[in-house]
Amino acid sequence: MHGRVKVKSTAQQEEEKRKEREKKLKAFVSARDAVLRKRSAGEHDEEALQLTQQLLSSNPDFATLWNYRREVLLQLETSREKDEVQKLYESELHFIEACLKVNPKSYGCWHHRSWVNTRLPQPDWTRELGLCDRCLSLDERNFHCWDYRRVVVKESGVSVEQELQFTDRLIGSNFSNYSSWHYRSTLLPQLHPQPAPDSIHSHRVCEEQLLKEYELAHNAFFTDPNDQSAWFYYRWLLGREEMISCVYVSRERERVSVAFSKPVHSEGLMLVLDGQPQQVEWRSTHPRLRHSPVWLCDLPPGSVSDISNEHNLTVHWTEKYTHRDCALYTGCAESWCRDSATDQELFRSELSVEKSSVLQAELQSCNQLLELEPQNKWCLLTIILLMRALDPLGHEKETLAHFQTLKVRKYYHYLNERYSGSRK
Amino acid sequence: MARISQIEGNFQFRERSQWWSVTMLSVCVHFPGLTESVIAAACSRVGQSVLHLDRRNYYAGNWASFTFNGLLSWIEQYKQEVPITELEQVWRSLIDEGEDAVPLSALDSSISNLEVFCYARLHEVSEPKEDQHTSDISEPSQSQEEKESQLSSSPADPTVEVQKKITYQKLVKEGRRFNIDLVSKLMYSRGALVDLLIKSNVSRYAEFKNIGRILTYRNGKVEQVPCSRADVFASKQLTVVEKRMLMKFLTFCLDFEQHPEEYQDYTEKPFREFLKNKKLTENLQHFILHSIAMVTQHTLTEEGLKATQHFLRCLGRYGNTPFLFPLYGLGEIPQCFCRMCAVFGGIYCLRHSVECLVVDKVSNKVKAVIDTRGQRISCSHFVVEDSYIRDEQRQSTAYRQISRAVLITDRSVLPSESDQQISMVTIPPLESSAPAVRMVELCSSSMTCMPGTYLVHLTCSSSGKAQEDLAPVISQLFHVSTIPGEEPSEVLWVMYFNMRDTSALDSSSYSLPSNVHVCTGPDDSLCSDYSIKLAESVFHHILPDEEFCPPAPNPEDIIYDGDGPQAKGPGFDESTNTECLESSQE
Repeated sequence: MHGRVKVKSTAQQEEEKRKEREKKLKAFVSARDAVLRKRSAGEHDEEALQLTQQLLSSNPDFATLWNYRREVLLQLETSREKDEVQKLYESELHFIEACLKVNPKSYGCWHHRSWVNTRLPQPDWTRELGLCDRCLSLDERNFHCWDYRRVVVKESGVSVEQELQFTDRLIGSNFSNYSSWHYRSTLLPQLHPQPAPDSIHSHRVCEEQLLKEYELAHNAFFTDPNDQSAWFYYRWLLGREEMISCVYVSRERERVSVAFSKPVHSEGLMLVLDGQPQQVEWRSTHPRLRHSPVWLCDLPPGSVSDISNEHNLTVHWTEKYTHRDCALYTGCAESWCRDSATDQELFRSELSVEKSSVLQAELQSCNQLLELEPQNKWCLLTIILLMRALDPLGHEKETLAHFQTLKVRKYYHYLNERYSGSRK
Repeated sequence: MARISQIEGNFQFRERSQWWSVTMLSVCVHFPGLTESVIAAACSRVGQSVLHLDRRNYYAGNWASFTFNGLLSWIEQYKQEVPITELEQVWRSLIDEGEDAVPLSALDSSISNLEVFCYARLHEVSEPKEDQHTSDISEPSQSQEEKESQLSSSPADPTVEVQKKITYQKLVKEGRRFNIDLVSKLMYSRGALVDLLIKSNVSRYAEFKNIGRILTYRNGKVEQVPCSRADVFASKQLTVVEKRMLMKFLTFCLDFEQHPEEYQDYTEKPFREFLKNKKLTENLQHFILHSIAMVTQHTLTEEGLKATQHFLRCLGRYGNTPFLFPLYGLGEIPQCFCRMCAVFGGIYCLRHSVECLVVDKVSNKVKAVIDTRGQRISCSHFVVEDSYIRDEQRQSTAYRQISRAVLITDRSVLPSESDQQISMVTIPPLESSAPAVRMVELCSSSMTCMPGTYLVHLTCSSSGKAQEDLAPVISQLFHVSTIPGEEPSEVLWVMYFNMRDTSALDSSSYSLPSNVHVCTGPDDSLCSDYSIKLAESVFHHILPDEEFCPPAPNPEDIIYDGDGPQAKGPGFDESTNTECLESSQE
């Protein structure tokens, strides 16, 4: 009878699959050898493109092939008209997209795509943004895609508002995404910066927006107190700006040291001595350390060595439009300039009435959560930090109690030590 | 009804006279509702010969979905239902000595109290002239300030669209865009139906869409129910403390069996009280009881917890809600199983039914059936739906009823940014004696209604006639208007009917031979678990040693008899010919 169903046995299926694989492997190896031969022979032609396309379609991580492809494309560019070049690179983008489907996290693919956009006479940033949207909807944490997105946004001038709305959508659909929160933290200061940007105690975001962000963070950690992303974002909100916490000048050593509240890059650091900008080299405590909380520079020889002279030093940090003055008085061998309140605590805000009331309200919210989730470590930790910021001595007992609950892990142990040191 | 022709094309079409005499059929199935179709498919799948009949000219019986015009015909048919004169004499002659005849019912009384109301205008009224039109709009409510501002600002905003109301004529014209189900259910993403569809591979015969949101009716308005983490996070109706309480409770429900100490004091008490005891706010109690667990005030704690757990476990499998809905309507599902049955050799006949059963006096088992054309067909098992059983064969006639309403509306019950989503709405009892009502609002992209409309199904267990049970709810949720000059009705057309709910009956309710398997249902619950479980149970009665709907093999793995060694697969070219011959010689 026709159409009687007889199914192949597993052994038959296995055998067929093995034969398939062997066939594929043979084809791949011969193509690869052909390509490498061509490259050593210096051939940059259409055939090279075809062969590399074949190989990269199934293995987009083969970096050498991408390199070769770029060589070929550059060569072809020289013999083509502008609109042909446009077409050439546009089809290249299609091809890359196909490869991305195979491995959306391929370094080779993303890098090549960036490169193609630099060669395209008319890049289509809208399409690129759309591609990012799609990739991120498939995998919200694809850091390749996030990096690429940042490039696209920068090149195409997409508005910060639009990107902020994008994070709204992402966070709305899944708030357990650290990457979205992080991206949001880079956008907010651009969109809603604190007014009076050159004040010393500046915050990153204006108060009105800050309160909205607090609410967003509350919603997240009340819905799921075990999700770290929201807590980290919250701490960023509560935290203060990176700032210059202290400047030190030594006549004898002819050196200036600048200490920051957090590790920073030395880019944007400028020294002005008695009104004259100085050409100096900044170095950190270790030659390899590019991010450091402390930066040092040597003053031009003899500039401050005469102890009878008074000098005025200003360290400017153009990254955050902030600066610190330091006066070196007559008869003084050295000078410190620091904010006495900042050097012990992890973070604090201005102690104006307004600000501390905000912190107080935040402390209340966290305590409310603590009632419902007494064992939650994130909540406990945040409460400790808030209490320290508001009134370290007044909250001492509670702080200690919470530390106990945290069952002292190494990190918290260190924190406890640090705080007990400052209590003395 | 394009699907029917597809199915008919799939099986071998032979001369009628031929197969009547050839095979002794294993299973004769009557009525292609969901349960029966699954049974037919399962039997055919394991090699049994199956004949599947129905006297109607469409598939799926009471599970069918109709185009608008099809539904209008169905309504006409119902109104004119007349019992077919019995052709007793014809089949009497086919009964031998030692055999008894058990006639089946020719009348289908499963549907009752059918009423139709149309609120749409019959035809389009011709539009008034331009200037007349604008003055009509401006006249009634214009105050002095408005007049002034109108004079100073630009003339009447040209972008304001006056949505043309859909007329009845238009509904009829676009009738083919509708697929109106008689049964309204949803599919839990981890329910018996979805599991079966996946297991048997029948899922590839249909496409499905997620339910977009879950709503409830509370304090006079329709609200969204936060059920997923993302919903809870984004909800503006819950305080942060409520969010924590809800998440905490739902997390507990997910694995409630692991914490018996939390609920063991309440096992004999209603779930409702347990929720109160957990200090959940009124808000949350409502959501959990009516929209998540979907149980009654009397349901006990453990059952409530299980229902909540099932809901939660189904979240996130395919989308933000636990439910799926088949494109083109629920009536597709029985047809998918019929298709599988046909692929494995089952035979389908519409407009053809069984008049009576032939029972062997000695064994008291059915050995054959006699159809409406007077043909006698031998079979070893007979599967039939309850409505074909006569009263004489019943032990009990304790039926429940399901009240149903089908509406065509032009506005969503809760308009939002996206007008293309399927919503499920739970309406708790409006009065303490009334039942809870369940509503499913289908958008046009579910391929069940024309663009610009929604197809809305309401279901509840009946207290009285469907119109009495459901009209009050409809008027709460929609603007229904028959008065011309008033704001136009959101409901364009509505049909009410009661459907018999036979799910409380079992084999002890009938006095029939043991190889007659009566299928009951549909029941009034949201999902089709009852029907699937019944199908499996009947299948195991018929074939206790066979597997129920094993996966159908992939087309590539099927070897066809009578084909040469070359035809192992499509696109087989010369170069690999020798390879193949070698392997076949091994």
